[in-house]
Amino acid sequence: MSVLAYLIPISLLLGGGALAAFVYTVRSNQYDDPEGDSRRILSEEWDDHPKP
Amino acid sequence: MTAQMRPAMAVCPGCVAAPTEAVEDAPTEARLALSLPTIHCQACISKVERGLNAHPGIHSARVNLTLKRALIEADPQVRADDLIPVLADLGFEAHELDLATLAATQSDRAGRDLLMRLAVAGFASMNVMLLSISVWSGASDATRDMFHWISAAIAFPAVIFAGKPFFTNAWSALRVGRLNMDVPIVLALVLALVTSLWETSLSGEHAYFDAALTLTFFLLAGRYLDYRTRAVARSAAEELAALEVPRATRMEGNEEVEVAVAELAYGDLILVRPGGRMPVDGVIATGESELDRSLLTGETLPVFAAPGTQVSAGEVNLTGPLVVRAEAVGEDTSLHRMADLVAIAESGRSRYTSLADSAAKLYAPGVHILSALAFVGWYLYTFDLRMALNIAAAVLIITCPCALGLAVPAVTTAASGRLFKKGMLIKHSTALERLAGVDTVVFDKTGTLTAGTPQLENLSDFTRAELEIALALAEGSAHPLSRAVTAAARAADIAPAEVTELKERPGFGTEGQYMGRTVRLGRAAWLGADQGSQTAAWLDTGEGAAPRGFLFHDALRPGAAEAVAQLHAAGKEVLLISGDTIAAVEDLAQRLGIQKWLAEALPQDKAERIQSLSEQGRKVLMVGDGLNDTAALTAAHVSISPASALDAARVASDIVLLGQDLEPIAEACVVASKATKRIRENFRIATLYNVIAVPLAIAGFATPLIAALAMSSSSITVSLNALRLK
Repeated sequence: MSVLAYLIPISLLLGGGALAAFVYTVRSNQYDDPEGDSRRILSEEWDDHPKP
Repeated sequence: MTAQMRPAMAVCPGCVAAPTEAVEDAPTEARLALSLPTIHCQACISKVERGLNAHPGIHSARVNLTLKRALIEADPQVRADDLIPVLADLGFEAHELDLATLAATQSDRAGRDLLMRLAVAGFASMNVMLLSISVWSGASDATRDMFHWISAAIAFPAVIFAGKPFFTNAWSALRVGRLNMDVPIVLALVLALVTSLWETSLSGEHAYFDAALTLTFFLLAGRYLDYRTRAVARSAAEELAALEVPRATRMEGNEEVEVAVAELAYGDLILVRPGGRMPVDGVIATGESELDRSLLTGETLPVFAAPGTQVSAGEVNLTGPLVVRAEAVGEDTSLHRMADLVAIAESGRSRYTSLADSAAKLYAPGVHILSALAFVGWYLYTFDLRMALNIAAAVLIITCPCALGLAVPAVTTAASGRLFKKGMLIKHSTALERLAGVDTVVFDKTGTLTAGTPQLENLSDFTRAELEIALALAEGSAHPLSRAVTAAARAADIAPAEVTELKERPGFGTEGQYMGRTVRLGRAAWLGADQGSQTAAWLDTGEGAAPRGFLFHDALRPGAAEAVAQLHAAGKEVLLISGDTIAAVEDLAQRLGIQKWLAEALPQDKAERIQSLSEQGRKVLMVGDGLNDTAALTAAHVSISPASALDAARVASDIVLLGQDLEPIAEACVVASKATKRIRENFRIATLYNVIAVPLAIAGFATPLIAALAMSSSSITVSLNALRLK
C-alpha cells in the first residue's frame, strides 16, 4: 500500500495542474471568440496580431 | 427649469470626466466598434481585417466572429463614418456601435467568476469521488481514514470557495426573515461537511464529502446555464441599444460640432438633418419640415413643423433641416418622463412568482421539517447524538434540490436557444413561463403590425400624364410619401416627365415647372386641398383643376397576418389598441380580421385597458414598439417589442423580436407552453427520486453511495428531459 504515498500526491498534482491551466485560459480571454478562433485556424495567412 | 438644471450640470462634468480618464489609462482599449451582421467565415475575417488595417490611421483591427463585431484602435481623427464605406466596398454591411453602451458586456466579471467556481467544484468533486470510490469498494481502517482526511482537506476549501454564491444568497434571504432555495442548500452543505468531519475524526465509516462537492458542482452548473442564457440575451439587447449612437450636431456660431447627447445643455441650438431623430425636447428655431411622431403617439400622419413648433425627443425629422433650441435635456425629456408611467405599471408586474420560487416556497420548509423530525425521532429512539446527526445530514443531502436547481435553467436554456434561432430574444428570466399562460394578445398598430412605410393605394385613379408629373416631382424628395409614389410609379413602368426647376420646399412638398406651368406635390394645406383622415399627398398639375390626392396606407409587417391568424387558431383573443385615427385603425383591423379594436388611445388609456383586462383575470401579452406603448408593455403580463422599437420600449419589454417578421410570436407561445410543461415534468421527476430515497434516508439505510447515485441520476434525467425540447 506504500505506493499510495506517491500516487495520491501525483493524482492531486495532475488534477491541480489541469485546474491551473483552465484558470489561465479563462483569465487570458481565450473563450471570448470561440467561433472566430476555430475559423482562423483555417486561414492561410499568418496571424501576426493574435489577441493578447 | 433652471433650478432643475443646476444639479444636472454639476453631476455631468464628473460623469463625463470619469470614462475619458479610464480610456486614457488603458491605451489598449479599442476606440471604435463596428457591428458586422453579415460576416460568417474565415475569409470574411481576413478580408475585413486586411481592409481595415490598410486604412490610414488605423493601428489595429480585430474581428470577433462570435459577436460579429470588429474592434478598432485608431488615431483620434478616424471616425466610424469613414470606415463604413470602406467595408461596404469590400461587400460587408457595417454599423457603428456605441462603446460606452457595450462596456458592460466586455467586462463580464460575474460570468467568469461563476465559471471559475464551477471549475474548482468540478476538479474537487472528481478527486474526492475517486477517493470515495476506493472507500466504497472496500478500503478500511487506516487507509479509509487517510482517504477521508484527504477528502476533507480538498472539500473544505473547495466548498467554501465554490459555494460562495449560495452562502451570500442564503444570508441575504435569512437576514430579511425569508426562506429561499439557497437556505436548504447551505444547511445541507454545512451539515454534511461538519458531520463528515466529526465522523472522520472518530474513524467513522460514512463521510459525505463527495456528496457535498457533487451537490455544489451540479447546482453551480444550473446557475451557470441560467447566467449564460441571460448574458446572451443581455449582450444582444445591449448591441441593439449600442446601434443608436447618441450623438447630436450642435451649432456653435456658424460651426457644426458633433457632440454626445449627454453633453447637450439647456438653450443649445441643435441641427437635426432630414431622417434624424430629435435628441432633446425643444422648440424649432429655424427651418421648416414635417415630423413623424408615430413612435411617440402612434399617429401615422406627418405633422407640419415651423419655427415655434414644440418637438419632443424621439420624433423623426422628415424633409428639411431643422435647428432646435433645447428646452429639456437628458433626464428631463418627455422620453424620460414616460419612465414615471412605467414605474407605476411596474408595481403590478412584480407580483409574479416564478415556478422555481413557488417550488422553493413549498419545498424549503418541508425539507427542514423532515430533517429535523428525523433527527429528533432518532435521538429519542437511540439517544445517540452522532447517529441522529448523521441521519439528519443524509436526509438533507438526499432531498437537496440538485435536480430542482437544474430543472428550470436547463429547460429555459434549451427553449431560449431555440427561440433565438427564430429571431426572438428572451430578456427576462421568467418571460417564458409568463408567455405560456397568455390568453389575450394586444397589438399596437403603427410600427408593430405595420412596417411604418406607406404604400400607395389609388395609383389607378390617375392618368398616365399625371403620374409622369408626380413621379418627376416625387423623385426630387426623400420624404417617405414621395418615395412611396416613386416606388409605385416605377413598378407601373411610368417614366418621369421633364419637369424643370425642381425644388423641395421642406415641410410643404416639391414644386417645379412643366410646359410653362407650375406643378406641385405636397401637403393638403399648401395646395389648398381638404385633408381627410387618411395619409395623403396632393398633386396640382397647374391646369386650374382642384388638386387630387394620392392616398396611402401603411404596409403590413411581414408575418403580421399569419401571426394574428395563428393566435386566433390557438384560441387566444386578439385586440388592437392604437393612438392613430379611427379610420386607419378600423381599416387595419378589418384587413387582419381583428374584431376588437380601440383607436385614438393615449398612453394612459392603453395601460389602463390592459390593467382592467388583468383585473378580469386575463393574462395579457402586449406587442408594441412606441413610446406611447411603454406603460402598456410594463403593465401587461408579458410583452414583446420589435427590434425597430424605441430603446425605452425595448427596455420595458420582456422579449425582443430581432427580425422584421412577426410570425415567430405565435410559435413562441407554443414553445413557451411546451417549456413550462417540461419544467413541471422535471419537478415531478425530481420529486419522484426524493419519494424513493427519502424513506431510505429516514430509516437510516442511506449510505454515501446511495446519496451519490440518487443525486447524479436525478440530475442527469432532468437535463436529458430538458434537451428533448430541441
